[in-house]
Amino acid sequence: MPALLEMREISKVFPGVRALDHVNLTVERGEIHAICGENGAGKSTLMKVLSGVYPHGSYDGEIRYDGEVLHLRGIQDSEAKGIIIIHQELALVPLLSIAENLFLGNEVASGGVINWRETFQRTEALLAKVGLRDAPTTKVEKLGVGKQQLIEIAKALAKDVRLLILDEPTAALQENDSQKLLDLMLELKAQGVTQIIISHKLNEISRVADRITVIRDGATVSTMDRYEITEDRIIRDMVGRDMAHRYPERTPKIGDVLMEVRNWNVWHPDQAGRQVIKSASFTVRKGEIVGIAGLMGTGRTELAMSLFGRSYGRNISGEILMGGKPVDTSTVAKAIDAGLSYVTEDRKALGLVLEEPITRNITLANLAGVAVRGVLDKRRETQVAESYRKQMAIRTPGVFQKAVNLSGGNQQKVVLSKWLFTDPEVLILDEPTRGIDVGAKFEIYNIMNQLAEMGKGVVMISSEMPELLGMCDRIYVMNEGRIVGELTRDQASQEAIMALILKDSGKAA
Amino acid sequence: MSDTGISTGVDTGIRARLGGHLRENGMLLALVAIVFFFTVVVRARIDVDFLSAQNITNLFLQNSYVIIMALGMLLVIVSGHIDLSVGSVAAFTGAVAAALTVKMGQPVWIVIPATLMVGGIIGAAQGYWVAYWRIPSFIVTLAGMLVFRGLTLWLLGGQNIGPFPREFQAMANGFIPDLMGDWDQALLGMERLNGTAVLVVVAAALVLIWLGLRARARDAEFGIAPEPAGLFWARNIVVSAALVFVGWKLAQFRGLPNVLVILVILTVLYAFFTENTAAGRRIYATGGNEKAAKLSGIRTQRLVFWCFVNMGVLAALAGMIITARLNSATPKAGTGFELDVIAAVFIGGASMAGGSGKIVGVVIGALIMGVMNNGMSILGIGIDYQQVIKGLVLLAAVIFDVYNKNK
Repeated sequence: MPALLEMREISKVFPGVRALDHVNLTVERGEIHAICGENGAGKSTLMKVLSGVYPHGSYDGEIRYDGEVLHLRGIQDSEAKGIIIIHQELALVPLLSIAENLFLGNEVASGGVINWRETFQRTEALLAKVGLRDAPTTKVEKLGVGKQQLIEIAKALAKDVRLLILDEPTAALQENDSQKLLDLMLELKAQGVTQIIISHKLNEISRVADRITVIRDGATVSTMDRYEITEDRIIRDMVGRDMAHRYPERTPKIGDVLMEVRNWNVWHPDQAGRQVIKSASFTVRKGEIVGIAGLMGTGRTELAMSLFGRSYGRNISGEILMGGKPVDTSTVAKAIDAGLSYVTEDRKALGLVLEEPITRNITLANLAGVAVRGVLDKRRETQVAESYRKQMAIRTPGVFQKAVNLSGGNQQKVVLSKWLFTDPEVLILDEPTRGIDVGAKFEIYNIMNQLAEMGKGVVMISSEMPELLGMCDRIYVMNEGRIVGELTRDQASQEAIMALILKDSGKAA
Repeated sequence: MSDTGISTGVDTGIRARLGGHLRENGMLLALVAIVFFFTVVVRARIDVDFLSAQNITNLFLQNSYVIIMALGMLLVIVSGHIDLSVGSVAAFTGAVAAALTVKMGQPVWIVIPATLMVGGIIGAAQGYWVAYWRIPSFIVTLAGMLVFRGLTLWLLGGQNIGPFPREFQAMANGFIPDLMGDWDQALLGMERLNGTAVLVVVAAALVLIWLGLRARARDAEFGIAPEPAGLFWARNIVVSAALVFVGWKLAQFRGLPNVLVILVILTVLYAFFTENTAAGRRIYATGGNEKAAKLSGIRTQRLVFWCFVNMGVLAALAGMIITARLNSATPKAGTGFELDVIAAVFIGGASMAGGSGKIVGVVIGALIMGVMNNGMSILGIGIDYQQVIKGLVLLAAVIFDVYNKNK
């Protein structure tokens, strides 16, 4: 029997970019096939070709599925064939019930009238399959992300799925939810559902995948069998260079303490009685890159945002000292004046005004710097933007380009420029390389090193431990709202960080 | 593939700029075409001069309140909100002015600032809920629309109040006197010529061209692809010719109407505010991405609040001009004006989502609506068709925008 799916010599060109360059992918019946690659390598584009988002004719190459050549015109076509993709961003309607979501667009109905009895019965059966016991009438918004992910899978099962594609399914999940999800994948495999998983969590891949294909810069680098998989090899294939050269060299010149946070407490903005940050204290020195490690949801972003103009939480208490003197950071404007900057994790939603040009985005946090008595000097504004364009190597046809037209890496450079223009002492960077391709990541690391070189204090929040280990002089480890440990560059390792987290979690339990 | 090296829209910057020019030039062209159309048709059908000094004066008088309120509405819409109450607020403040003047006998120099303040307070009252309580502006101002219409009826006791002293009426019906004496008329051998009007208009045209040239020079300096020189001069010649023509006509009638002067001053002020001040810039950022603006240290709530206060003050100014023009405050004044005002802003190119729109566009948008109102009325087209045509023009303008954006 031929393979279930064969994608041959797939190429896809966007204006100015060759996103896929003769990619080959073969998925055998009943296997779990992992696709690995850095952000921007072309994984998502490939899956969009497969699911019909980019219809037949908009790409070169051939897709063979179950022995026949596919000419997909859209998602409906691929779903009719049993190819179902679950995107990273969940596509559930929060205010509808589980049952309504499961059969959305696929309702159990005759003549347009929904048969609720059968809907509920089938919902229960599907929920049982994915190991959930919630009532079919529960609204989806009441469920955690982990359960929502399972609902997505149940939704796929409702459509008689034959090839299930999961795009970074565990990215937003806690550890035990991730485990549940992986177990479910193995169970589905036993039932004969072929699956493709896109992920760069290597431990997950080695746990569930039968084969793995690595994609880099829009081309297939290698396909290996389960027994050939080693982390080193995957990383080498993914990055195209050895681990050792993923982070730029730097000789730290660390000075006096720039910022000190003492006994910082923050309570949840809506849920009374829930303390999100529990007496956190830390210091940042001149010229130092300090990391904050921890699992998702441990309060790293909340810590940063509450420090920065109390942008998160309530009943905030604690002290911030800059250069030894207590400062008032109760509003964002005051925090900026005190020399603090915060580069948000979500560039598009929180960092940029997407429909405005680069110039306006760069000066936004420091309009006074290009204005005389409230009147803008646009000539000066353009000069400022131009100088950052050169300094940061922002790749754009011009500084009047709208931010929305830039790639992720260049957008991040615009955000960094905005904050540098406020002349901060300390920059807090929240997941600064998320959603950025490898080359641009390296550039962002270089910029961070330059900042440290200039004598700024840099705080880096990241979920990617290798990145923290590669960049930071010191790492604080957070767990459940507390800072549970501090590691110097020499002490730090993935094991050491995890050990601190696990030890603390054990104490709490 | 949003993360792959070079951005996908390599030349969108240039295109966007041309697109921007395309929009403004297109609107201007539409306005000129509509005026030309009515001039020809009105002449042919009823043998009347559409561009007579009398009718030009009328045009500005009839539309002044829409334009004035549209200036404030642009700010409200740019900040990401809407104000449905402006028609009612204009009526109410007109009634307040009437009560102060006619019933209490207060002089103009007290009535005008007092009424503007009432407008500001009304704007503050609505803006407070919108900005600080995050009640949707649609709902707050829908309530305001009902409340202030009701209060107008109550204040006026269901009747018209008037008449007003001459000084108050002058706001709408007055003209700038000729400060140049009679020598110019003697020189040109004309019966009647307001030299001041001519001079002001010519000066305005020259300033406009000078500003345009300066902006071009700046674009060239920063390597922005400039608008083709031919297009630039064509536009400026059309605009200047229109200005001088209007000025010349008005000069032979009674000179520049006070309302026109108020309009021009406000337009220039608001255009400057929106494009050249930090505060204006912050309003755009707030409407474009409120969270990002907030995290950049901008006090977005306060800005939204002040946008509504400003809207209230302008609605009060419009209310007084309506009242002065009719020489009485009436319970029905300003009914439905909110829709004309909002339509003008959207025809002018503002986005429903906030964050974009220009003062010049809004004024041209309001003039397009105004000229159509005036022309269709002169032609005796029924109110039924007028509404249909205006509605379709609004729809077409916005479709044009969306189409251009998607292209």
